[in-house]
Amino acid sequence: MSRIESEVGKPKGGLMKWIDDRFPFTETMKYHVTEYYASKNFNFWYVFGVLAFVVLIIQLLSGIFLTMNYKPSSAEAFASVEYIMRDVEWGWLIRYMHSTGASFFFIVVYLHMFRAMLYGSYKKPRELLWIIGMMIFFVLFAEAFSGYLLPWGQMSYWGAQVIISLFGAIPVVGDGIVEFIRGDYSISDITLNRFFALHVIALPLALIGLVFVHIVALHEVGSSNPDGIEIKKKKGSDGIPLDGVAFHPYHTSKDLVAIIIFLMLFCAVIFFAPEMGGYFLEYANFEPANLMATPEHIAPVWYFTPFYSILRAVPDKLWGAMLMGGSVLLPMFLPWLDRSRVRSIRYRGWIYKSALTCFAISFIALGWLGTQPAEAVYVLAARFFGIIYFAFFLLMPYYTAIDKTKPVPDRVVYHG
Amino acid sequence: MTDDDLDQIDRNRRHFLAIATAVTGLVGAGVAIYPFLASLKPSARAQALGAPVEVSIGSLEPGEMVRVLWRGKLVFVLRRTEEMLKHLGDNLDMLKDPNSEVVEQQPEYAANATRSVKPEYLVVEGSCTHLGCAPIEDFEVRPADHWTGGFFCPCHGSKFDLAGRVYNGVPAPTNLRIPPHRFVRDDLVLIGQDAGAA
Repeated sequence: MSRIESEVGKPKGGLMKWIDDRFPFTETMKYHVTEYYASKNFNFWYVFGVLAFVVLIIQLLSGIFLTMNYKPSSAEAFASVEYIMRDVEWGWLIRYMHSTGASFFFIVVYLHMFRAMLYGSYKKPRELLWIIGMMIFFVLFAEAFSGYLLPWGQMSYWGAQVIISLFGAIPVVGDGIVEFIRGDYSISDITLNRFFALHVIALPLALIGLVFVHIVALHEVGSSNPDGIEIKKKKGSDGIPLDGVAFHPYHTSKDLVAIIIFLMLFCAVIFFAPEMGGYFLEYANFEPANLMATPEHIAPVWYFTPFYSILRAVPDKLWGAMLMGGSVLLPMFLPWLDRSRVRSIRYRGWIYKSALTCFAISFIALGWLGTQPAEAVYVLAARFFGIIYFAFFLLMPYYTAIDKTKPVPDRVVYHG
Repeated sequence: MTDDDLDQIDRNRRHFLAIATAVTGLVGAGVAIYPFLASLKPSARAQALGAPVEVSIGSLEPGEMVRVLWRGKLVFVLRRTEEMLKHLGDNLDMLKDPNSEVVEQQPEYAANATRSVKPEYLVVEGSCTHLGCAPIEDFEVRPADHWTGGFFCPCHGSKFDLAGRVYNGVPAPTNLRIPPHRFVRDDLVLIGQDAGAA
């Protein structure tokens, strides 16, 4: 394969040299961009990391412009969102970008995580990379939750009431923690104000920091690939992995295609279905918060519903909260739960393939059940799928150890 | 630095100084963090706004209920009918805590069979003890379902009777909370203050 000589590798002088003598610009660009080698057989599943980064940028930009008109007070919040939607020029677009962006963030991140489960990307030596990723996921949850209170609609208020009350399930100190989170005896102006601070300053800072660390860790261990092979083990005489191609221009040009398709879908939702039938923006949230009455049917936004279903399936407050917390935390332990010798699903046996399929089905089923009312038949179904969800993780050390694997090739292949 | 100099380093002293510096620094950081955490507690204004509220009950008909806010929390004031009071003893075996034994859920003076100061008036927080949703009143008696009237939580299906006592087999762990309250006059109830504090 012919390789284009890297432009930045040429001898240089002038401004570039002046900068490089003072800041490792060229060196950093080489290490992270032009001479970062990732596998040449990346497939569809490998675009979601870049897409998550694109959504992060969209959220940061649209968020900054929203704060210029939003008022974080219980008396004004709801009206200021309506003001953005009706009176601010293009305000509706910026607001829909941000609300749609939140849902797309989770679509992209869930697919990005599922990619890691398909191809064993979390396995040694990428355990820490996976844990940092899970921390990003937790911060994203907190970011989404704090953001949802800000419009001060009915669902904002009662959703926050339910989620904050979860901490009340902790024995002895629970009620104190709840009061500490709210900063008041109920969810009030004070709570809204501090959630605003968390949503626009504290959590985005944490998110950006973690994303930076995630990328540094990725570039240290190298990207995985659909075959689950370490491409660094087979290097050419030039010291470059034989199966690797430079991130720029090869992967960036492929990613650009994904970004364009992604933005087409994103714009289609913003323009034609910003509420997405009540899934992206819930109808009850178009009414201002009413402290006197809970909406008849209360459900969190779709990306929380798989875990919410587990909470609802348990007829006990403390156990419900603990199992819900457990279901969010469990994936963090995947690098140690998975005992298979191979990484990629391509070379795993039927047991893991079936287990992962059951897991995917139960995750989607729990997600759907969480949007439905808490009626007996749905609760029973949530119990059934909840057990599959937990079994997937807790039985993993056994079934991955006994699963028959196929031999892994030396070099990456292009099929499937 | 020569080898001779290195030999003269007192490593124990260095170790001690390093530990002492680290511990002092940690204590300092611990002290510095307190004001930030304390600033998150309910402020003086939030506490002042939590003052008791007066509810006029003179015009409340038997079977009628009003909703008021105390400390931003929903409180129901229900004037129970003779019929309602009569049914309170019907389902005792289906309740988790029929005798109000969980002490945090009501003031001592309301830990009785009707969970009230005056049997006629139920003053109860409208906040489900599961996850804080506002229960919906359902006063219709349906003997077929063993339902003698009470409250139903729309979020996760918890059920309570007309004294705010929780039924078995629902996610709510305890009875609805009775706020501190006292009757200033026959037609005026003060929520948020006991007789003791007056």
